[in-house]
Amino acid sequence: MPDVNSEKAPLNKKPFSTKRSFSEKKKEALAGYLYISPFFILFAIFGLFPILFSFYLGFHRWNGFGEMEYVGFKNFSLILSDPLFWKSLSNTIIMWILGTLPQLLIGIILAYALNATIIKFKSIFRVSVFMPYVTSTVAVAIVFGIMFNDQPFGLFNIIIGWFGVDPINWSTSDWGLKIAISTMVFWRWVGYNTIIYLAGLQAIPGELYEAATIDGATTRQKIQYITIPMLKPIIILTVFTSTIGALQLFTEPLIMVGRTYREEGLTVVLYLYREAFNNMAFGTASATAIILFLIIIVLSSINVFIANRIGK
Amino acid sequence: MKSQSSSQFISKAFLYMILVIATLLSIFPFYWMFVMATNTNEVINRIPPAILPGKELVANFTKVLNTIDFFGAIWNTFIVASITTIGVLILSSLAGFAFAKLNFRGKNALFVMILVTMVIPPQLGLIPQYIIISKLNWLSDFKAIIVPGLIDAFGIFWMRQYISSNVPDELIEAAKIDGCSIFRVYWNITVPIIIPAFATLAIIKFMYVWNDFLWPLVVLRDEESQTIQVALRGLIDNYVRDNGMILSGTFWATVPLVIIFLLFNRLFISSLTEGAVK
Repeated sequence: MPDVNSEKAPLNKKPFSTKRSFSEKKKEALAGYLYISPFFILFAIFGLFPILFSFYLGFHRWNGFGEMEYVGFKNFSLILSDPLFWKSLSNTIIMWILGTLPQLLIGIILAYALNATIIKFKSIFRVSVFMPYVTSTVAVAIVFGIMFNDQPFGLFNIIIGWFGVDPINWSTSDWGLKIAISTMVFWRWVGYNTIIYLAGLQAIPGELYEAATIDGATTRQKIQYITIPMLKPIIILTVFTSTIGALQLFTEPLIMVGRTYREEGLTVVLYLYREAFNNMAFGTASATAIILFLIIIVLSSINVFIANRIGK
Repeated sequence: MKSQSSSQFISKAFLYMILVIATLLSIFPFYWMFVMATNTNEVINRIPPAILPGKELVANFTKVLNTIDFFGAIWNTFIVASITTIGVLILSSLAGFAFAKLNFRGKNALFVMILVTMVIPPQLGLIPQYIIISKLNWLSDFKAIIVPGLIDAFGIFWMRQYISSNVPDELIEAAKIDGCSIFRVYWNITVPIIIPAFATLAIIKFMYVWNDFLWPLVVLRDEESQTIQVALRGLIDNYVRDNGMILSGTFWATVPLVIIFLLFNRLFISSLTEGAVK
């Protein structure tokens, strides 16, 4: 960086720092607050206030137009006694496991392969594996929705036909729909996680491996004692983000089950959306949002706890 | 010696096999989308189905244009994504500059507060957000997407990291001593140095707004204001399911972003990984 002023700086520093410094400092602080204020103002209006208001709404009955009526915990007990809510919760958790676990495992394997020194054409592999992430969720859901066509000519039905399996009604069967949605999630996110893991692998200093080689460590030992422990923070990060993402599953099931809201494909956010914008029950919808928030906190904590034990 | 090289050959072949399979599986849906977009429904519903492109490229797309306002929706998305992106670049770089280079009380606590907002699930405030937008009379108005979209904690975090490690303190001190106002230090000294950070953030934000679905679905209620993602959904709501037409729509809606990604993939991937490793 060519810098003509840097020589002047230490020379000029003294004479100015006594008298002008106070007002200069004040000006600087004022500018600082001014520059960061848009975030806080916008967040207060469109972020914080809505969140607090959600907590308030969760204890009221309201259809968006008339008077709000305080109902205490009634919304929560309504939801918790609704079999459809439990169905949506169990759907969400099953799809979280089906979509997330394979995604992270395969992401680590792909990152390991991409990081191997003997591999050429790395950038081509990297770009193509990452490409699904660039596509919109809506497009992915539409494309996979058609691939998982219930008819015998649906692509996945043809593929399982090669193995002698009868066509499956993907869009109406309980497991069919979950597998279809999890496949969409897997396809879109596996490359993203691969790239994150790859960055983690590249940040591990090569000297560690060299030292281990000199000490006679096997490849397995290197993976177990260097790669996995060093990658642990990244693994925690991806487990964390993909859990939050999976619990917010919405677009894929909405496209798959359409406006029918079939219970086989209902997720918690879809349940919330239906309560709010189909049934105009803003109170129960807000209560659902609060329950979802609590579930996310609990599951993320469990996740971090388990991830912390990996490689110990 | 010999067994060493043959085992290396096996592991090399194995790694290539994994990567080639992953590549094919990643690319295949794009290819399949294109093949279906160029074929008639009869060919699509045949067993075995078409594996080569057909001749219906124009016919299928014409049907899309008759079903939804495709170009209108693309234009809406482009306008909304561009304005949001420009706004985020200005606000994030100013805030990032303040956090990286200016001294004021409570700076670190305020920065931590911004980071904390990143873990709050967006659905938590969805309904009140919708109510605020409708009270402001912003339903079906682009402001409903643009103004809340200017909140970008990641953008501020990203800019702060980039400015602290790439803009030398001495340069800023010297400029201040020469009597530069703080805004000029930002505009004339910081901005030219952080052009690469602008480029990366712009791509990430643009793609995010372009692909967003839930919020536009909730607040863009009339057809003239729809973004492309909401409009695409209109394709599958037809009672006559024409898969050639539907995939033609998704194909052409996907093309612009894939092109942007292929042009800037280096920037895009490097920024993601930097955010993750730090």
